[in-house]
Amino acid sequence: MPRQIGGGMPTAPDQTAPNLKGLVGQILDEARRLGATAAEVAVGNTTGLSVGVRKGELETVEFNNDRGFGITVYVGDRKGSASTSDASPGAVQNTVRQALNIAKYTEADSCNGLADADLMATTLPDLDIDHPWAVDVEDASQLALTAEAAALGVDKRIVNSEGARLVTQRGCHVYGNSHGFVEAAWGTRHSLSCSVIAADKDGMQSDYAFTIGRADGDLDDAAAVGREAGRRTIARLGHRPVQTGRYPVLFDAPTASGLFGHLLSAISGTSLYRKESYLLDSLGRQATAPGITLAEDPHRRKGLASAAHDGDGVATRAKSFVDDGVVTSYILGSYSARRLGLATTGNAGGVFNLDVVTDAQPAAALMQTMGNGLLVTSLMGQGVNLVTGDYSRAAAGMWISNGEPAYPVDRITIASNLDAMFKGIVACGDDIDKRHNIRTGSVLVRDMTIAA
Amino acid sequence: MTDAIENATRALWDAGDIVERDVTGLLGRLSSPGIDTGELFFQLGESESWSLEDGIVKSGSYSVDRGVGVRAISGEKTGFAYAEEVVLPALANATDAARAIARSGQSGAVKALSRNRPTARYADASPIASADDESKVALLREIDAFARSLDPAVKEVTVRVMLNHDINLVVATDGTMSADVRPLARFDVMVIAERKGRRERGFGGGGGRFDTAWLFATDAAKRYAREAVRTALVNLDGIEAPAGTMPVVLGPGWPGVLLHEAVGHGLEGDCNRKGTSAFAGRIGEKVASELCTVVDDATLPDRRGSLTVDDEGTPGQRTTLIEDGVLVGYMQDKHNARLMGATSTGNARRQSYAHLPIPRMTNTFMLPGTSDPDEIIASVDKGIYAVSFGGGQVEPTSAKFTFSATEAYLIEGGKIGPPIRGATLIGSGPQVMAGISMVGNDLQLDTGVGICGKEGQVVPVGVGQPSLKIDEITVGGTNA
Repeated sequence: MPRQIGGGMPTAPDQTAPNLKGLVGQILDEARRLGATAAEVAVGNTTGLSVGVRKGELETVEFNNDRGFGITVYVGDRKGSASTSDASPGAVQNTVRQALNIAKYTEADSCNGLADADLMATTLPDLDIDHPWAVDVEDASQLALTAEAAALGVDKRIVNSEGARLVTQRGCHVYGNSHGFVEAAWGTRHSLSCSVIAADKDGMQSDYAFTIGRADGDLDDAAAVGREAGRRTIARLGHRPVQTGRYPVLFDAPTASGLFGHLLSAISGTSLYRKESYLLDSLGRQATAPGITLAEDPHRRKGLASAAHDGDGVATRAKSFVDDGVVTSYILGSYSARRLGLATTGNAGGVFNLDVVTDAQPAAALMQTMGNGLLVTSLMGQGVNLVTGDYSRAAAGMWISNGEPAYPVDRITIASNLDAMFKGIVACGDDIDKRHNIRTGSVLVRDMTIAA
Repeated sequence: MTDAIENATRALWDAGDIVERDVTGLLGRLSSPGIDTGELFFQLGESESWSLEDGIVKSGSYSVDRGVGVRAISGEKTGFAYAEEVVLPALANATDAARAIARSGQSGAVKALSRNRPTARYADASPIASADDESKVALLREIDAFARSLDPAVKEVTVRVMLNHDINLVVATDGTMSADVRPLARFDVMVIAERKGRRERGFGGGGGRFDTAWLFATDAAKRYAREAVRTALVNLDGIEAPAGTMPVVLGPGWPGVLLHEAVGHGLEGDCNRKGTSAFAGRIGEKVASELCTVVDDATLPDRRGSLTVDDEGTPGQRTTLIEDGVLVGYMQDKHNARLMGATSTGNARRQSYAHLPIPRMTNTFMLPGTSDPDEIIASVDKGIYAVSFGGGQVEPTSAKFTFSATEAYLIEGGKIGPPIRGATLIGSGPQVMAGISMVGNDLQLDTGVGICGKEGQVVPVGVGQPSLKIDEITVGGTNA
């Protein structure tokens, strides 16, 4: 196999960023010329390589090169949007015309429009998120093969593989608006994942592990990723039934990250103004047990969600949304802020590096505190109603007896209400999972209904 | 209706001055030594959506995406690249990247292209062009007012129309040349109702592969609005759902998501070739109660999951998956079929040119049985009657699946009782299918809102079933 394959890896930033910035300027000019009173444009170009192996052999090599732009135009208080993967001059003009045409038929909404000009990000912190990785197909497949071999070697009961995959992506994202704001951000993201299958008399079980980072040097060792995939898969074998009833539930760090995601959705502006939240009018009110703070750190170096500005061009800044269990700020972009009569928090597009800060205990101590109950390591299905907070999801994990792991459990559901769950948090662990935008350790909830 | 291949070549090739000779040249370049098969997938997709909330048509968007996906296969290996400029140099570049998967071997042959023109399962008119923007916007406003007029408890209404028109063309080294022009339209109504401080959500919607006449010439939009308001009001009275194992009666239509999760994904060719499905190697075995016959049918006219041809150029088909409880077939694409010594069943689907085709469902449903639906409910002393679901998920390896009810009722003494709050159901595919003890005579397909995600790719699908009874399944309520 050739060491270098055409069509794959990105070009140097200094060649492409000015081009994309220039393109944004052209599109904004075109919008003004055709009658927009204001406009905003996002242009992206992401290139990368994804190499999959399975059972010791190379399986797929995929090169991606995604381009495209989207524009929102405002004509007074009316707006229209259009997007395309085609950045040729003809397509630019056509797309702008389409957006303006849409704006002819939408209705005036006084909350529409760009964020205020004085909120635009002016100083751009060094986020240290651009670390191109010149890995070729050969080396990428070697890493994936190493991970898979390590996973298969964990235990004789691991009998099959869904493979391992190495993905490297580099993207340039440019946002500009008719305030004259245009910024380009380069970022990389590399990951390695592995999934294997174990079998016993009860059938097959699969599980996976992954590592992700902005720089390849920050990825976990390939063999360690494989061993973790193998360990997690073996841990699912031999599951035993449990009795339906109410028990304490300990969410491990990855599932706890998703759980806090529901809380953040419930205090996000879009859910609030649509009344699709169980936390309406919750500013100043308790949303979790005391001692829990949800803090955002958008400028963290190498952070997976680091950004200098949000989707409106507004400068991001460190702040908290929940302080000692009390909601201190909603999560707002400029539109939802205006709808709610508040100021934007620089969160158009969501949160940027969210930490769950608590008086953390060692994860093993949480099991001791719990005594008898369920450790959740995997969740499936929808079953979360943000309007009512009703929560009912499929779960799998480990039964904990007298503070010690006893046996795996599977095909059960856990149910409660999000409000009761968050207010019923007993303790959080120090086993912070750094692979997610929402970083938390494991979380012990006083009780939930387990159906089996 | 005009010729799909001619339409597609005009739409996809003309702008970049590409002619058939260029394309056969690319196929020749793709069949370098060691490559078994290869293909180019040209696509032009156009979409438009309008949405109303707070009583005003707040946003609209339009998008157009064009590109070519190039795939080369060598044994079990796949190389893939794509280009967003449909011009020769970009195509040649993508072709070279894709074919680099093969290390060495015999030079592959390119068969002469043979134009494939299967029976069309839907008309080719663009839903976007089928109505002017003014009438689309006026309809959203009318439905908003209509939904609000149905009950004073209705506080929030969101109405959305989504229209797509997709033109694609497949050319492959095996001589395939085939095109499809696919319309897709969908209309959704979501409401939030509030009474005595309690708020609940309701949803109604539908669509299919047709233009907007279904909205403007029928009362479909009002039907969806009534359904959204009705479900929100029902849920306002919901009591705690029970927890534990019990009999469950599923209503007809959309609850067919059961089949999609419990057996559908596990019967797709890829996971069976790899032996990673709980159904692998079980053709001819009993995997469900003898009352169950399950098919995947891409040929139904105008349905959301229907395909005139799949994304590898194989005509859409009706495939029996389970017959009288016995597993009789998998859903295949060309790649997995070739490796398993089978033939494609026309189930190769891809989200777009930028994604690899994989075996996927189209419209998956269970054939009707003989029981009267009322008799099914009357047979349950204590259980659940579930008529609508939010969605489901499955792990094909363990056959564990789950789906979450959004409208369900207690059954007490053979009669439908009070509504219950949403609960998740969980079970194992073969176990639950074996426990189906009654199948109704009331087969319905869903209204056309299904989307299915697999390996990060989303495609529209259909589901359906008659009313049926599962003797025992775990219900994840809060009331233990």
